[in-house]
Amino acid sequence: MAQMNMKEAIRDALRVELKRDPNVLLFGEDVGHVGGVFRATEGLQKEFGEERVFDTPLAESAIGGLAVGLGIQGFRPVAEIQFVGFIFEALDQMAIQASRMRYRSGGRYNSPIVFRTPFGGGVKAAELHTDSLEGLLTQTPGIKVVVPSNPYDAKGLMIASIRDNDPVFFMEHLNLYHAFRAEVPENDYVVELGKANVVREGSDVTIITYGMMVHTSIKAADELEKTKGIKVEIIDLRTISPIDIDTIVASIQKTNRAIVVQEAQKSAGVAAEVIAQINEKAILHLEAPVLRVAGPDTVYPFAQIEDTWLPTPTRIIDAVNKVLEF
Amino acid sequence: MSKVPYEVYTEEVEALSVLSPDGEIINKDKLPKLTDDQLKEIMYRMVFTRTWDDRAVNLGRQGRLGFYAPVSGQEATMVGSEFALQKEDFIAPGYRDIPQLVWHGLPLYQAFLYSRGHQHGGQIPDGVNVLMPQIIIGAQILHAMGIAMGYKLKKQKQVVITYTGDGGSSEGDFYEGLNYAGVYKLPVIFFVQNNGYAITTPFAKQTAALSIAHKAVAAGIKGVKIDGMDVLAVIKAVQEAAERGRNGEGATLIEAVTYRFRPHSLSDDATKYRTKEEEGEWNEKDPIARFAKYLEKKGLWTEEDTARVKEEAKAKVNEEIKKAEKTEKMTIPGLIDSMFEKTPKHLEEQKADFK
Repeated sequence: MAQMNMKEAIRDALRVELKRDPNVLLFGEDVGHVGGVFRATEGLQKEFGEERVFDTPLAESAIGGLAVGLGIQGFRPVAEIQFVGFIFEALDQMAIQASRMRYRSGGRYNSPIVFRTPFGGGVKAAELHTDSLEGLLTQTPGIKVVVPSNPYDAKGLMIASIRDNDPVFFMEHLNLYHAFRAEVPENDYVVELGKANVVREGSDVTIITYGMMVHTSIKAADELEKTKGIKVEIIDLRTISPIDIDTIVASIQKTNRAIVVQEAQKSAGVAAEVIAQINEKAILHLEAPVLRVAGPDTVYPFAQIEDTWLPTPTRIIDAVNKVLEF
Repeated sequence: MSKVPYEVYTEEVEALSVLSPDGEIINKDKLPKLTDDQLKEIMYRMVFTRTWDDRAVNLGRQGRLGFYAPVSGQEATMVGSEFALQKEDFIAPGYRDIPQLVWHGLPLYQAFLYSRGHQHGGQIPDGVNVLMPQIIIGAQILHAMGIAMGYKLKKQKQVVITYTGDGGSSEGDFYEGLNYAGVYKLPVIFFVQNNGYAITTPFAKQTAALSIAHKAVAAGIKGVKIDGMDVLAVIKAVQEAAERGRNGEGATLIEAVTYRFRPHSLSDDATKYRTKEEEGEWNEKDPIARFAKYLEKKGLWTEEDTARVKEEAKAKVNEEIKKAEKTEKMTIPGLIDSMFEKTPKHLEEQKADFK
């Protein structure tokens, strides 16, 4: 097995699928010749040619519309929106056109598209490059939303997303691209969409999270175990639409306490949805209310105060203590 | 260095006409090559479309149709542009462009179902290369561009035509689509039916450009302006654009100057923003009357023919609306199952609430 960081794992997934299926196409602003502003697609144009991997003019709505049109033609587009803040320009094509193609056409057409976008804070990027906008997409019927937290999952989830016959919004956390290396099989494999992963077993409290916050939560869990002997179970959602509520319920039946951690602003997002579903399915197993650790409901901050705006291990520890002491 | 062609965008372009309002050939060089049978078929379709539109407006008033955008006045652009295509070519329409879909193969009862808000209306039969009508004014322009790239990648000689109006030409998606099609040299025809009004906003308030055709210049594609009340000019322009696309010469923007005789939809009142004089002037340019004069002079059409087609159209519309009305209603579980290829568990659970 090879050691890969998350960026390399994503590139490897794209390579596997470009090789396997001639209908897979990769495009977006700067993704072709130089391989993207983060080099996530580096070398792929050279390997697969300009018809398969190509640069587009700078216009996000057209990238989305191009993907929809190619999907109608039987291609499997992997379209990159260069930074998450630019998805608004493409939102009509993602959230209205691609997501409802199957429904509108009664199954005559579909949108087997992956929309890739880097996102995620803590990297001191320019404004609107890092915001956690995943909640917008999770509220959209007809689209799946995937957020990997490690190289192995990233490759398997990307391959599963490309093979899915419905649109998938695939979010790649900037802070995880180069964060660490892990073993990633060189062959192709899938990590099933809609299945969460218990990344750490514990008996006292469950943390439900995804993306970069998996790692922040692990830090908090290490600290809680070391200082107080508290055993935290951590669930990495991996797919935030649909949410794997069964894995969450099974965990809460064991721990009876939970918190949800997300980078995004607190209100009406993924954490809110997780808690609503817990209420529907596991309320009698709870010994305390489920708390959220999230960004405050402000615009995403300028770089100077990003690190204190984002959920920290300390804030997670405080929330765990609150539910344990309830 | 090549000279900038200032004259292209500082002077108004003359709209191409082939027929005068009296039905005389005024531009012999641009007369499309059509057999007598084809000429009669075009006339048949225009009369049929007008009759169907009249009937649809009445059906709408009776509550037997849902959203409906009238088409009378635009028969030359709609029937003509579709007629100039091959069966394998693709159509990406706006909300008003139902006749093109039907003449390209969408069964009429499905067009009625679309209007009535039934999913089956968009369930295009295999082998019919059209999309269902688009509501977001410019979105289909981008789909057309993507579909055209698909043909190019598959090395197929088909072209894609997409329709919008003068209002649609102001959308960002319009410019993005033109620009992409220019860069990738795509076999796509951007067909703008400039009917003078975006709902109520007149063309003068839509753009300061001298014409919509001028906008092609900035995208590096060909732009032409045509008389949209002249079906022969429409056919000629689309044939030339399609040929250009098939030959790998890229995209064309066609601005067809036309008029909708009725309001934007059944829920607005055109008398609030248009004058009787204006409507009268455009009535004199009626595309059906003009083409009829041409065919009558050639001995290919009579008033009796028009009456016969009207009767046929009425009967057909009645039959198809009945078929639409008899089609089984949609259900919520059916709707839920149409969201994804494989219905996810949470949606399976939600289905149970509707049994």
